[in-house]
Amino acid sequence: MSPQAVLEPVSTTRMRGGAFGRLHLWGKLLWPALALAILLAVDGICIRGFFSVSIVQGRLTGTLVDIFRYGAPAMVLSVGMTFVLATGGVDLSVGAIMALAGAIAAKAAMPVSLNGMGMSPGAGIAIALLVSVLAGMWNGMSVAWLGMQPIVATLVLMVAGRGIARLCIGAANVPLSGVIWTALHNPHLTLPTAPVIVLVVAIVAGLLTRATSIGLFIEALGGNPVASRYAGVRVGLITFMVYVFCGLCAGIAGMISSADVMIANASSTGMYMELDAILAVVIGGTALTGGRFSLVGSLIGALLIQTLQTTLIYKVPIQQTLVIKAIVVLAVCLLQSAEFRRKSIAVCARIGLSRTRKAAAQVAS
Amino acid sequence: MKKLRLDQRHVPLAATLVVCVLLYVLTGLQYPSFFSPLVLADLFSDNARLGIAALGSTFVILSGGIDLSVASVMALATMFMAAAVERFHLNPALAIVLTLLVGSGVGYLNGALIHFFDLPPFLVTLATLFLARGCCFLISMSPVAAEAPFFQSFGEAGQHLGTITLHLGTIVFAGVAAACIYAAHFTRYGRTVYAMGGNEQAARLMGLPVGKTKILVYVFGGLTAALAGIMAMANIPSGDPLNYLGQELDVIAAVVIGGTVLTGGVGYLAGTVLGVLILGIMQDFITFGNRDAAWTQITTGLLLFVFVAMQTILSRWKPRHRSTGPLHATVRNA
Repeated sequence: MSPQAVLEPVSTTRMRGGAFGRLHLWGKLLWPALALAILLAVDGICIRGFFSVSIVQGRLTGTLVDIFRYGAPAMVLSVGMTFVLATGGVDLSVGAIMALAGAIAAKAAMPVSLNGMGMSPGAGIAIALLVSVLAGMWNGMSVAWLGMQPIVATLVLMVAGRGIARLCIGAANVPLSGVIWTALHNPHLTLPTAPVIVLVVAIVAGLLTRATSIGLFIEALGGNPVASRYAGVRVGLITFMVYVFCGLCAGIAGMISSADVMIANASSTGMYMELDAILAVVIGGTALTGGRFSLVGSLIGALLIQTLQTTLIYKVPIQQTLVIKAIVVLAVCLLQSAEFRRKSIAVCARIGLSRTRKAAAQVAS
Repeated sequence: MKKLRLDQRHVPLAATLVVCVLLYVLTGLQYPSFFSPLVLADLFSDNARLGIAALGSTFVILSGGIDLSVASVMALATMFMAAAVERFHLNPALAIVLTLLVGSGVGYLNGALIHFFDLPPFLVTLATLFLARGCCFLISMSPVAAEAPFFQSFGEAGQHLGTITLHLGTIVFAGVAAACIYAAHFTRYGRTVYAMGGNEQAARLMGLPVGKTKILVYVFGGLTAALAGIMAMANIPSGDPLNYLGQELDVIAAVVIGGTVLTGGVGYLAGTVLGVLILGIMQDFITFGNRDAAWTQITTGLLLFVFVAMQTILSRWKPRHRSTGPLHATVRNA
């Protein structure tokens, strides 16, 4: 536990919920929201018809809708990941759990003649979500009761999860079919399903944490686990539940992203998604060291990443996308680093100083 | 005579050794041909790539950091080598030097960002993971075959000892391992890395060059990752931008199974070599038995779990020191 986290005065103002606390929260949200706004503005200027949304054959279509649609898995993941990071942990296994959930759903719905279990697709999805909750329980158990470091504890499933998924459905693509998958993929409704699911998950998560004291417990635990235990917070239970919820979110994200391509695949589903999710949460203002969290921030972070992805697809040759993504990630990290802001201000001041000196010298001569 | 007693700090290393030997014997009993010295030689040369990268990563983890970019740097090294020799017809020796420089450059970027701007290693190396992979795509979107005569001789180079051949990869792996063990346990650099990983604040207060060492650790990590990529080209002479996707996990797994604690400060370089061998033997066991490759991932995960659970329980269980004296006790508890 770092001494800074113990002595953090901000969390008390935030807990009191005074005007300053709220102002501070908006300050946290300001940077990611500003970044998103700038990116959208650039897109609006550079890409024709970026903001146009229309209804084609009864379905809402447009680039903005696509951003919400394809960003949905990362947004759901970032909701679960926010709580995990807020307790000072991390869950690396979400990508693997996504693949595992997709594989289980596919396996359960496959006919018995093809080595499947011959269930209905709906039952398959239910079992897949149950398995992802079990995976979350495994993570939670390792962290909360065995006392393992979160990085390693979740690394176990990150490695093994894809193996189990591959054992279920092999290395090939397994097509998904059924009304429920079509409904997830592209329903005959005006609204696409995925963003609606995101909204439901986010609202449930927000109510669970902010309308009850659970959110406060999570923040307390992330700030100082020892002090929280002395204050009577059931640290073990909260930590466990946080990982279970993250597992469930990963399962839901797995369903959405499998439905996107109507395929279950043990290795490509959710590849590097854990990294996107963590990035989204960090961009949203929740620190990797734990403490305060912001669900809205995480959602904005996930949207920012997806908007960037979409922009890059439109504007940049495909071989350059990853490099630019890396540079943006670094830039966002740097912007959030207090050390970087301090140093750059110092550098600016020095340049300014030398200019004024030069000017003074010119005036003097 | 001094009684041979197992120090508590050596328990993870001893456990790794026992598991390694047990696995070797069990696999040999199951498949008698496994005991052939040819297989043993191949075990080393096949895992040289993973081993070299894992040795570099061990220093990073010992110092209290983590490097997620190793696999991407390995892939970048293969791409860079292949492109430099095949497209620009550079002298292979010069290409190797340049590739090592590129690897160290990525490592320096990691270390500098982490040190100068106080950013979390996890995020920085995540960004360079994307960056190095992106640079692979910048070089080429499709695999580049390395067909120059150099790569032919590179793959065949080695020292013949009777019937078995020590491949170049094995020799380099052994050399890097020896150098790393020496650096970790007999130099000022190694002691600083351990001190930093144990308690960075204390190391800084002791006047140790924490910043310089931190950057050096990541530079070395990048250098070994690039070297690992070059060595892999002896087995598979091509550069593929999609190579080693997700293999940063194998590297970290090898280090952790080798007994190094991810919080830093505790671990042995020799343990990493054993960890790599354990993963290698397991891989052989699975391929010899013609089992699904998925089992590799599952058993790696299980081994990881068992070893970390053991480490966690051991670190909680602290025997009372009877005759070690106050100074020794404080050092241990630190």
